[in-house]
Amino acid sequence: MECLLGVAFRDFVLIAADMTNARSIMVVKDDEDKLHKISNKLVMAICGESGDTTQFAEYIAKNIQLYKMRNGYELSPSAAANFTRRNLADYLRSQSPYYVNLLLAGYDDETGPELYFVDYLASMVKVPYAAHGYGGFFSLSIMDRYHKADVSKDDAYEIMKKCVREIHKRLIVNLPNFKVQLIDKNGIHDLPPITAKHLAAEEADVPLPEVRVI
Amino acid sequence: MSYNGGAVLAMKGKKCVAIAADKRFGIQAQTLALDFQKIFEMGPHLYVGLPGLATDTQTVHERLKFRLNLYELKESRHIHPKTFGNMVSNMLYEKRFGPYFVEPVIAGLDPKTFEPYVCSMDLIGCINEPEDFVVAGTCTEQLYGVCEALWEPDLEPDDLFETISQALTNALDRDPISGWGAVVHIIEKDKITTKTLKTRMD
Repeated sequence: MECLLGVAFRDFVLIAADMTNARSIMVVKDDEDKLHKISNKLVMAICGESGDTTQFAEYIAKNIQLYKMRNGYELSPSAAANFTRRNLADYLRSQSPYYVNLLLAGYDDETGPELYFVDYLASMVKVPYAAHGYGGFFSLSIMDRYHKADVSKDDAYEIMKKCVREIHKRLIVNLPNFKVQLIDKNGIHDLPPITAKHLAAEEADVPLPEVRVI
Repeated sequence: MSYNGGAVLAMKGKKCVAIAADKRFGIQAQTLALDFQKIFEMGPHLYVGLPGLATDTQTVHERLKFRLNLYELKESRHIHPKTFGNMVSNMLYEKRFGPYFVEPVIAGLDPKTFEPYVCSMDLIGCINEPEDFVVAGTCTEQLYGVCEALWEPDLEPDDLFETISQALTNALDRDPISGWGAVVHIIEKDKITTKTLKTRMD
């Protein structure tokens, strides 16, 4: 039901997560933050069993911070992703597995922006763009069509908006709000959330096609 | 076994072996990546392919690499593919009642005599060690069909490449959850050739 989106470009990576928290058939919250800051240039978008999500994200974040304090340098995004995967894989075959899907978006000072897709089984792949949840059925094809490595930040945000617009249009589940963050060489930046309200306002500005009464 | 999809194939030739796999990573019918590694280099003349559940492909690779490093440190020599096969088999059988969902394929040359060797295993480590070729993954029926028709004894490296590539690509085309590109390694005494294949993308 929940949806995470991520797209990596040449010098930054965009990540978005819906802000809905639903219990069974009831929506209890529409301003939930599913994006967790793991380190200065690494963000984890996480969804799945509520409770597991925050617990796991904080566990990983704190351990990565601990690593930084012990060793005096930060884990690179790929190292952090492998660390996360290993933890999730070990928990998978324990008595208490974490049921969480995640996207890891980070900026490596040597290799540039990176995006990792990790599912609850702890399969990890490095991808240019990815999605979790039903939203993926609609947004992945938009990303296939519009993704290019060399895109400005504004255009990248527009691609993300296209994805959300399609989710609003075609997905039966109500996911009005998406929190968006951008990670580049300077760190993590909050972008304005993509909400149904904003998108509707934008569309209202477009003049309606002229109707002629014959 | 068919949650992520994927296929691996290995063949013996004349003083050479070949191992090939597709590159798809998907969750059921949804393809997510076209560069997923299923074949891993475990030594100068030794490769292992791990098709099956993607998480276990990665976990088993990490754990095998660890065991192999310990072995090579202790013995100060490269492992024989057959010994490596037993190492994999042993590791899988340790998890007899809660297995890793992978069907390993091993291809390599004897470190001393450079005799070709291939073997495959089921998910709990039962070794199959034939004289010709081994297949594993989600399109084994198709792979067996084409391999049975195309393979012949004592193929030279170039011919072996052609045979394994044709066998794999034609099998992949009849399996919706494998394909989206493939990689082939030809292992010879003093040369390893890695080639990537373009395959159908639908």
